[in-house]
Amino acid sequence: MNRPVSKAQTKNDLGETVLFKGAALKLDCGTALEDIEIAFRTYGQLNAEKTNAILICHALTMDQHAASENPLSGKPGWWIDLIGAGKIIDTDKYFVICSNVIGGCAGSTGPQSLKPDGSGPYGTDFPVLTIGDMVRAQTLLIDHFGIDSLFCVLGGSMGGMQALEWAATHPERVFSAVPIAASTRHSSQNIAFHEVGRQAIIADPHFLGGRYYETDERPRKGLGVARMAAHITYLSETTLQQKFGRNLQDREAVSYGFDADFQIESYLRHQGMTFVERFDANSYLYITRAMDYFDLAADHGGNLAAAFEGTKTRFCVMSFTSDWLFPTSESVQTVRALNAAGANVSFVEIESDKGHDAFLLDEPEMHATLDGFLKSAAQARGLTASGSAKEAKDD
Amino acid sequence: MIDPKAAAHGNLASSRIDLQLIANRVEPGTKVLDIGCGDGALLDLLVSDRQVDARGLELSQKGVNACVTRGLSVVQGNADTDLSYYPDNGFDTVILSQTLQATQKPLEVLSEMARIGERLIVSIPNFGHWRVRLDLLLNGRMPITGSLAASWYETANIHLCTLRDFTDLVDQIGLRVESCITLSNGRASEIAGKPSARHNLLAQQGVFVLSR
Repeated sequence: MNRPVSKAQTKNDLGETVLFKGAALKLDCGTALEDIEIAFRTYGQLNAEKTNAILICHALTMDQHAASENPLSGKPGWWIDLIGAGKIIDTDKYFVICSNVIGGCAGSTGPQSLKPDGSGPYGTDFPVLTIGDMVRAQTLLIDHFGIDSLFCVLGGSMGGMQALEWAATHPERVFSAVPIAASTRHSSQNIAFHEVGRQAIIADPHFLGGRYYETDERPRKGLGVARMAAHITYLSETTLQQKFGRNLQDREAVSYGFDADFQIESYLRHQGMTFVERFDANSYLYITRAMDYFDLAADHGGNLAAAFEGTKTRFCVMSFTSDWLFPTSESVQTVRALNAAGANVSFVEIESDKGHDAFLLDEPEMHATLDGFLKSAAQARGLTASGSAKEAKDD
Repeated sequence: MIDPKAAAHGNLASSRIDLQLIANRVEPGTKVLDIGCGDGALLDLLVSDRQVDARGLELSQKGVNACVTRGLSVVQGNADTDLSYYPDNGFDTVILSQTLQATQKPLEVLSEMARIGERLIVSIPNFGHWRVRLDLLLNGRMPITGSLAASWYETANIHLCTLRDFTDLVDQIGLRVESCITLSNGRASEIAGKPSARHNLLAQQGVFVLSR
């Protein structure tokens, strides 16, 4: 489509959004989304050469507030340990962008958005998305900033999938990529867990086929159960055992009922209950689906190495020993394909008992690895401590 | 296979003379794969001295982390199982430094190296050194030397050989010995072609430059 696109960038309580009015984003499912809006946050300054931008891709239930307080929950940014002035992702040196994925519920176009024809919110009329669609939407934002090539695309879990998708489909725009605790395809087991979550949401009487926006109710029970099931997959057995064991919750003995006798039950219920306050059930359906459909090899004739053929991108792949959702074996597959493609790749398995969630936590080995990788990539890119391409005296 | 570097070298790791010898034999600006790269000492040297596009493969997580933290492109993997994932002729030079003796299948590893790269640089401890021979002859026990410091039951070095054994294997695979540097008490001497019986008796280590 060659219709004129007008861009309107606005600042609001949720950060910033840019509306691509008139733009039609072609989707993998065959349809297109009109008037794409993308909510984002930026940290640091884009240098004159526009070579110091890092795109942070968020995981399933995260948002654009990677390094600043979430205005709704009041919680600190989810990667505040990593991103900031003088930190590993140094905002004195890099221009950091994090945007809410399309299909999400933190300000970007998603199932809660109003349809262009004015007939109310999309609900489940929203088209089914893919990781490729999310990345395509991000390219609009990157174009909006006038950035030809990102210094780095970085993310964990679904964010790592996006980093891999970026590197595979826009290799010339990605100088380096850091997929953490990710995979080039969603495994059968992971699809299975997502399906449990989706069925819990759909079975909730308040779901109403996704049209619950018209009522005062929300499918809280269903979304809560979905979160409870998913939350287990983010932790390791060791963590659960150490943190909760078989400890009882505020009682001396079991109640011979179905109350939350065990601490782990109480913990999961709390996780479910707080999650529904900050996340939209339809978005949960759409984003989990996008992850399920992700299969980079299938997009390249079944040959994963072909997805990275001739790539110049520098890769740093990381996994965690206790992550059973995106186990090391998945990262090894990615690394083997990258090696077969002759790519410049580093791969580290981090010793951790924190499970999949380790990528969000204070993991010194992960931080040291990322630090070393980014510094050497920055040197190769000609970036100095101040983020500009000029010579630094004390680097 | 446990960390072969630690087992094979112990306190010698920091002062390995073969690293500089190997680095001197790598063409500047070429693409190099170092198999069993340890903490990245050789890779670092290659990058700073020879400006090569250097990649590494290392078994131990500690080694890999050390490499990546210092900005080297290294992946965690096993020489016995992971070389098959590298493309034909992907590298100009493939290096295997003090690692062959710790692999499960030295013949396969060398063959894979020859498929991946045009030139091979392989350094090995020489089990034909006179001290090793004498030790076995006089004491009737498996030799323990400075560079082979672990007891037979706990050493990671499961495929020890002499310089002669090694050149036999090289012949069998159909590779050519371009040159060999022998090391004895820190002194290096370069020979064109294969080492002689005398070298096999006097060298503690051999660094071989091989081609297809």
